Amino acid sequence: MNRRDAIARVGLILGGTVVGSQAFLSGCAKKSEVAATGSTFTPETVSFLDEVGETILPTSAASPGAKESKIGEFMKTIVSDCYEEKDQKIFMDGIGKLNEASNKKFSKDFMSLSATEKHDLLVEVDKEAKDYLASKKEEDPQHYFTLMKQLTLWGYFTSEVGSTKALRFLPVPGRYDGAYPYKKGDRAWAAT
Amino acid sequence: MSENVYDAIVVGSGISGGWAAKELCEKGLKVIMLERGQNIEHVKDYTQTNKAPWEFPHRGKAPLKLVQEYPVLKRDYPLNEINTDWWASDKDCPYTEVKRFDWFRGYHVGGRSLMWGKQSYRLSDLDFEANAKEGIAIDWPVRYKEIAPWYDYVEKFAGISGNKDGIDHLPDGQFLPPMDMTVVEKDVAARIKEHYKGKRHMIIGRAAHVTGPLAGRTQCQYRNKCGLGCPFGGYFSTQSSTLPAATKTGNLTLRPWSIVTKVLYDKDKKKATGVEVLDAQTNQTYEYKAKIIFLNASTLNTAWILMNSATDVWPEGLGSSSGELGHNLMDHHLGVYSHGHVDGYEDKYVYGNRPNGIYIPRYRNMYGEKRDYIRGFGYQGGASREGWGRNVAEYSIGVEYKEALSEPGPWTMGIGGFGEILPYHDNKATLDKTKKDKWGLNVLSIDCELKENENKMRQDMLNDGLEMLEAAGVKNVTGKIGDGTPGRGIHEMGTARMGKDPKTSVLNNFNQVWDAQNVFITDGSFMTSAACQNPSLTYMAFTARAADHAVKELKKMNI
Repeated sequence: MNRRDAIARVGLILGGTVVGSQAFLSGCAKKSEVAATGSTFTPETVSFLDEVGETILPTSAASPGAKESKIGEFMKTIVSDCYEEKDQKIFMDGIGKLNEASNKKFSKDFMSLSATEKHDLLVEVDKEAKDYLASKKEEDPQHYFTLMKQLTLWGYFTSEVGSTKALRFLPVPGRYDGAYPYKKGDRAWAAT
Repeated sequence: MSENVYDAIVVGSGISGGWAAKELCEKGLKVIMLERGQNIEHVKDYTQTNKAPWEFPHRGKAPLKLVQEYPVLKRDYPLNEINTDWWASDKDCPYTEVKRFDWFRGYHVGGRSLMWGKQSYRLSDLDFEANAKEGIAIDWPVRYKEIAPWYDYVEKFAGISGNKDGIDHLPDGQFLPPMDMTVVEKDVAARIKEHYKGKRHMIIGRAAHVTGPLAGRTQCQYRNKCGLGCPFGGYFSTQSSTLPAATKTGNLTLRPWSIVTKVLYDKDKKKATGVEVLDAQTNQTYEYKAKIIFLNASTLNTAWILMNSATDVWPEGLGSSSGELGHNLMDHHLGVYSHGHVDGYEDKYVYGNRPNGIYIPRYRNMYGEKRDYIRGFGYQGGASREGWGRNVAEYSIGVEYKEALSEPGPWTMGIGGFGEILPYHDNKATLDKTKKDKWGLNVLSIDCELKENENKMRQDMLNDGLEMLEAAGVKNVTGKIGDGTPGRGIHEMGTARMGKDPKTSVLNNFNQVWDAQNVFITDGSFMTSAACQNPSLTYMAFTARAADHAVKELKKMNI
């Protein structure tokens, strides 16, 4: 990333749409000890996160879903290596909270829900996270679902699957056109 | 020992060092270019540039382990997992911050020419005359008409894409074809022109990219991965441009891992005789001798070398007789942004990744107007369609959400200011003799801050940005005054300024150290004022001019 991209990303942040990009811009900006890496991520955790990701960005006729991009593994890598300890805790505790919410609504763990039930649950949790964000002060902790959703979007749309099947991946454009024709349905360009 | 004798020594291999080496080699001098860091060979060593995003485990983001190793670099965009070793190690090369100063350094062959933003603008007499007219610091010893032919000269070789905009205070150059504005930028530019009655301009950025035929170079392929090295050589860097030209003469020796620790000075002849080099890998010390020396180690490190070259004649360092060495440190202050959405143009998108944006040249304190601060600022920015990181109001998750994010979002337009910092004597770098780097060398202590003039300007940068975007029809315009810490502009300047009088300047009008006239300094340290334009093109022009002068003086036996 160069400075112009950084400026553009700040523009995005100003527009109120952070999702992954702010984290990318600032690195892990604040000083923190690296927590024990990865040890709390069991294969079951990764499968759980695959399901969360797949519910946020499901497989459809148009393109594969987040699971195919190995979104659970991606979340594990970023949370273990890049998250500060306090955000790691929020994220990991979030798995328990999701199960609680699932049990409250459907009397079942998240992994036992049908795809429709998962969708309905996460729509509610997403609303809860958005409402929290709306009144959140800068120093307040993140909502766990904001983190999971950010990681899902970032991980999926920069994965090979997301870049080449959901988006258009064009590593060597060779020319530039600032008024390229567009019609509804045409895919966005992937980051190269 | 005789093998260590050359006609000329160039210290540093970045933008200005590369130019010095090329010019001196082409004029027939045997040149050694000393670079403190590793070699990076063109194309071959651009190991990350052809990788897709998903080939990086953290998709570019720096893991915490890395963040902790880079307490300075982590403060802005340069720290990532992709090209970390192209930025100097904060751990190996510490410095003291009397006040916070974000110093982002490139210690390798090519220096920051590999990672630079490539924006290339001329200064004009609005800039060269400002200090004299306003009674600030000292007058530049040069005017535009003297440097204009050298701008022509370096532009023709480096390859600068741009449009002839006919703006007096941002003179046109020898341009390759301009890059295209996006359809929204064209609209915004037209509205700004109309609203401000031709006193404000929004132009396509002038950038050191090959956009037309240029000998020995390949055209820009619009990948916009420049900072990882371009396998096509589509932008100007030492590696793509000046180094091959210098090498072709057969006169160049390049020595990486060579930390120049001091300039050797003969007090009887009042000339430098060479430099002392510490091999960064072996810790061995060597001497290199030459008739002329070009210091292009970057503004702060050039000042460091001079200060570290103290002798009993010059106890504060070579070039210190005026008391200005290390002082008048400048940068450009950044971090003030404005942004909004643009309705319509849903049938238009872009093709390719343009490594460039728009530029709004300075307009403040001109046309007879006076603000409550002096000088001014320019803006860089652009309009594009939002990507997957945007909010989608209609959907929260699910198939429709994924489909919506797979398409481009609405158009947005954003601009960020680049403001002039005045040359203040007390913004300075000195030697910190209490702290050592990895090689046991004293480090720099940097004491630099924005002052009242800059802070007032920043308020205008925000207000004007909001107002201008709104006047151009941009909707929901928001903005903020963000982090303007000096150093973040990565345009350090001024620590060995040029002037007309040896009592108040370090260099004369040809970039020669007054106290040792066979030493030339043509990196950013020579800048007598900062202007608000990106400075690298000006370094190139002054370097070529100084090299020409050096060889003429050498032939006349004057140095």
